[in-house]
Amino acid sequence: MKSHIKVVDASFAYNGSGNVFENITFSIEKGEVLCILGPNGTGKTTLIKCLNRLLKLNTGNIFLKDKDIYSFNSKDLARQIGYIPQAHNPVFPFKVLDVVLMGRAPHLTSLSSPSEKDLVIAKKSLEKLNIDHMADKPYTELSGGEKQLVFFARVLTQKPDILLLDEPTSHLDFGNQMRTLNIIDKMANEGFTVIMSSHFPDHAFISADKVAIMKDCDLIDYGTPDEVITEQNLEKAYDIQVNIMDLEEGRKICIPLG
Amino acid sequence: MSMGKKIWQNIPLTTVLIALPIFLFFISFLIGRYPLSPPEVILALLSKVLPVKAVSPAVYSIVWEIRLPRIMAALLVGAALSIAGASFQGIFQNPLVSPDILGVTSGSGFGAALALLLSGSPFMVQISAFCFGLIAVGLTYTIGGSFRGSKTLIMVLCGIAISALFSAFISITKYLADPYDKLPAIVYWLMGSLSNTSLEDIYLILIPMIIGFSVLLLIRWRINILAMGDEEAQSMGIDVSKLRMVIIICCTLLTAAAVSVSGIIGWVGLVIPHVTRMLVGPDYKKLLPATICTGGFFLLLVDDVARNLTQIEIPLGILTALIGAPFFLYLLRKGNEGWS
Repeated sequence: MKSHIKVVDASFAYNGSGNVFENITFSIEKGEVLCILGPNGTGKTTLIKCLNRLLKLNTGNIFLKDKDIYSFNSKDLARQIGYIPQAHNPVFPFKVLDVVLMGRAPHLTSLSSPSEKDLVIAKKSLEKLNIDHMADKPYTELSGGEKQLVFFARVLTQKPDILLLDEPTSHLDFGNQMRTLNIIDKMANEGFTVIMSSHFPDHAFISADKVAIMKDCDLIDYGTPDEVITEQNLEKAYDIQVNIMDLEEGRKICIPLG
Repeated sequence: MSMGKKIWQNIPLTTVLIALPIFLFFISFLIGRYPLSPPEVILALLSKVLPVKAVSPAVYSIVWEIRLPRIMAALLVGAALSIAGASFQGIFQNPLVSPDILGVTSGSGFGAALALLLSGSPFMVQISAFCFGLIAVGLTYTIGGSFRGSKTLIMVLCGIAISALFSAFISITKYLADPYDKLPAIVYWLMGSLSNTSLEDIYLILIPMIIGFSVLLLIRWRINILAMGDEEAQSMGIDVSKLRMVIIICCTLLTAAAVSVSGIIGWVGLVIPHVTRMLVGPDYKKLLPATICTGGFFLLLVDDVARNLTQIEIPLGILTALIGAPFFLYLLRKGNEGWS
């Protein structure tokens, strides 16, 4: 099967400092969920920003269905790749519906604003996530979990086929973490290719098809969760002892021992 | 009484926002040192285009040469400063930003002061003010663009530095100016006034104003997305630096044109966008057209007060600050309704 995203020999350094990552190569197929694990400051976020072209690689290439991402114009790229940032507060209290409607931007010409048709799409996205009751609420007054649901609705409105998420489960409570993973699962089943960074190896067991562990400028391992999330690898990545146990339903769970 | 209140509430906000400035536009012709009656004003206005019964030359001249230019200037300047302020607050993601944040006002002030120092004609003063306004923002944009880091923050900081620089230049021109003749002219110009506005002044600013207003109105929905932050906007396919540049150019054309006829008028561009946000909400699709109405209305109202309240006219810049600053404090106290 043709890969959906292929990263080849990618290296990136912020101006004037050493490489954040070096010669990284991996690929992911349509409908797969890739979870990038690794300690703080290894460049997970940087890698995600490079995939979204928010940052530019120093060397190497990223291909979207075999086409170099640097050959896309910004609108075309936004119709392929959607991005869910971490919840934050914008300065102005835009209504939820207005925030979701922003996702239509890559589908509109530069001088036009959303039409009735775009509004219908935005409302459908809200319904799909069961948050249509929030449509008229100020976005700034929502909880962190609700804000993330609004971003999911916005990405559905944007209609890309790749979804990038930067630590989608950080800052969320126990329940919202699972709800977020369920949404990611659902979207992957509908054909979205998902790349997310995470601090929780357990979450990779729950929803990832592929796992990459980043450490010291490199991917130390890449493969299915069962292959990659091993006690040795986690020890290498986080410098702590970890016990991995099987739960009865066939799920695995990681227990840090210190 | 309750009936009346109900009718009032049923009038759509849009109608009120459009009707108020139009209403005040006509009222403003009637008041002044030489009171005119409504028929006189209507006849005088019509006499230019229709072969109606002639009005007295004095009335004709007051309507066409004194009041009309001044009323037009107040509406245009108020609207321009407000829409520019609202747009800047969005693209810099900062509710405390006003249109002069990139240095346009100080630049224009210096341009005008320099032309006054060199005994330039009113025409020269206006052109010089306009050009130096553009130069100041050009400098801010070029210098700010050459730095690394968060563009919005750096742009604002560079603007503060460039403003300080041009304020120093203004001080130098004041220091060099003849204290009996040119210095008062410079000081008076800097205080802001519409008292000497002629129709020619309006013609001069019409082109930059039309460009600024129409482009901003066309792209206004996208300011929402820029207000969410650069990275988010980029991930939604927006060419952030290009869009921001277009908006900065439009706001600068509007502000420089406004300042070139009115002198420095503070607070309008900061306060009116917030008041308008409280009325129509933060969505730029509604906000920008609404600020045009509220800004024009506010400055025309203040200018009517400025020319009628006392025997000697109060400079407009002083009045807008006198009204704007306390009102702004009141808004802050009321609890950040327009922003968070």
